[in-house]
Amino acid sequence: MKARVTVTLKAGVLDPQGQAIEGSLKSLGFGGVASVRQGKVFDLVLDGTDEASARSELNSMCEKLLANTVIENYSVEITN
Amino acid sequence: MKSAVIVFPGLNRDRDMIAALTKVSGTAPAIVWHQDADVPDVDLIVIPGGFSYGDYLRCGAIAARSPIMDKVRERAARGVKVLGVCNGFQILIEAGLLPGALMRNKSLKFVCREVKLEVVNADTAFTRGYTKGEVFRCPVAHHDGNYFADSATLERLEGDGRVAFRYAEGTNPNGSLHDIAGIFNEQKNVLGLMPHPENLIEAAHGGDDGRALFTGLLGQAA
Repeated sequence: MKARVTVTLKAGVLDPQGQAIEGSLKSLGFGGVASVRQGKVFDLVLDGTDEASARSELNSMCEKLLANTVIENYSVEITN
Repeated sequence: MKSAVIVFPGLNRDRDMIAALTKVSGTAPAIVWHQDADVPDVDLIVIPGGFSYGDYLRCGAIAARSPIMDKVRERAARGVKVLGVCNGFQILIEAGLLPGALMRNKSLKFVCREVKLEVVNADTAFTRGYTKGEVFRCPVAHHDGNYFADSATLERLEGDGRVAFRYAEGTNPNGSLHDIAGIFNEQKNVLGLMPHPENLIEAAHGGDDGRALFTGLLGQAA
């Protein structure tokens, strides 16, 4: 089973990297960019076929390691 | 005073910390590799600076999940003093021993320079070598020292005397909220700070402003 975990900064948390990317896009002439927030994507290949238990395991991985829940939100999707 | 320095792969300030502890206490610290089964019986556990696990995922995130940190957590709960400097501070935060988060510097640049620190609470084992309000020089060298916490946490830290040091005189190098440079846990036996007091302890360093942190700790445990 394949899964994708997306980790993004919570609203209100300063994102200087996102701001720098936004500035760079604008300097390249992409004038329609109102805001950029950057984050991380993890693609996982999991043993097993039970989607419910995979989701619960992935949530636990996010809580324990993949995301810092003080500043980050996460979402989990099964991609196959 | 008996101390131990925890070493993870990728740290690079461990020798500076070992030298500072040895010079100030007269006794070399025990050196604990992250795969060792336990931490020896000591009064002070130090996690030095560097780039544990190459700062992969988030600074300190991987080191914070290693089994030796369970032992550090147990000792801290029993009142053993724990000091984390720079990457050590990041590890203590990722391990949940201190609240908040340390984010990328606001400037996005690695900063390596001297700052001024104000002693906010001098009434602890770590800071008793200083006086409240005292401003001293200290080097910093980091890319991710921008302290963040939600407003309720900040209020609690400020209200409970848990801010140890603040960047003073406009020298905040990273954009940290409330100019926070170092914080305590609730029991004030755990201190994490971004600056490097161990790099300013003798004349050869160009000053000894950081030495009082170590002499204060020694006086408490001697």
